[in-house]
Amino acid sequence: MIKRVILFIGAFFTWIFLSWDTDMEHIIVGIAIGIFVSFMTADLFEKRTLILVNLKRCPWFFYYIPLFIWECIKANIDGAYRVVHPDLPIRPGIVKVRTTLKSDTGLTFLANTLTLKPGTLTVDIDKENGFLYIHWIDVKTQGVEAATELIVHKFERILKKIFE
Amino acid sequence: MNEIFGLIFIIVGVAFDFFGCLGLVRLPDVYNRLHSSIKCVTLGTSSILFGLFLFKGFNEAGLKALLCILFLILTAPVTAHVLSRSAHKSGVKLWEKSVCDKYSEDKDALS
Amino acid sequence: MKRLRYFLGLIAIVATLTIVIFYPIPSLLAWQSIFLKRVFFVLILCGLFCLWRILIGPTAADRAVGLDIMGILILGFCAILGIPTGRDWYIDIGIAWALQSFISILALGKYLEGRRFDE
Repeated sequence: MIKRVILFIGAFFTWIFLSWDTDMEHIIVGIAIGIFVSFMTADLFEKRTLILVNLKRCPWFFYYIPLFIWECIKANIDGAYRVVHPDLPIRPGIVKVRTTLKSDTGLTFLANTLTLKPGTLTVDIDKENGFLYIHWIDVKTQGVEAATELIVHKFERILKKIFE
Repeated sequence: MNEIFGLIFIIVGVAFDFFGCLGLVRLPDVYNRLHSSIKCVTLGTSSILFGLFLFKGFNEAGLKALLCILFLILTAPVTAHVLSRSAHKSGVKLWEKSVCDKYSEDKDALS
Repeated sequence: MKRLRYFLGLIAIVATLTIVIFYPIPSLLAWQSIFLKRVFFVLILCGLFCLWRILIGPTAADRAVGLDIMGILILGFCAILGIPTGRDWYIDIGIAWALQSFISILALGKYLEGRRFDE
């Protein structure tokens, strides 16, 4: 039930924020749409709703955001260098890495972070065995453990402290 | 002063957009094109929106631009993931100078 | 041969960008809005690259990638157009276009994968 209430508050404030008008009509339509959205789609979200309201997890989340932005900027400079260079210095390939995260939210954040990180793009997730298939633009090793050490390890350590 | 910083952010964003679209033309196969363009275009458009926020300040258009940055960073990697997986499942081969393809090996072993 | 093609392309791109950006400005009074309108032409050049990929892409997935990148670029178009014209509702068009593009790319991905829409 608390999941639906939090989703209703989020949907209502997003509606007010996007319409940017506090008339009576906008508020009534916003309440109706918020109730509809929260009762239709609340089953898709995670069971543990209040996971981020915790003094152990919250500072790691604020440590994670600047690290993520810094990796994004490095990825852009790296991609621009590979595109502009006349010989196209790429050795692409799809490698397999191992992950130890279990929850859906953690896996989603890990896959999105790896897509915006320099040199990697997530292709598929095998959730039962805990494997990720990653398209790597400059393949250095082909083994599973060495690739895990090079690609996943840095962010998995932080995401395990946030979402597990 | 804010407008000068806004112009700098907009110029950097347009430059990264341009490099991403150049990669869309130059690189050899679907995965490499997706790889180059989704990163550069996502951060470049976020930088343009942040420049719009610096121009407009805390009013309607500026706060909507901040909301738009959050939305873009959450959804652009999902489209890249869906497109690359569907391209691999619909039978697009990798580039002929590629090193390895563990995904098709595992799919052949399963079926 | 490959080197020659690279340098021809480099010269063409640098010449186009120089003509677009450093063309003499008639009056210094409103230089910000004139400069932003010229930056907008660079984004139009990016859109032409995406249309080229949609036109000649060898497979259907290439065309889908071009469509996805085009959808994100239009958000940038709307954001830049809002500054020199002073109309705040351009960003609304951008948000609506980005949401619709996201949903349509998800549906297109499922179609390329060969599954039904309700699985």
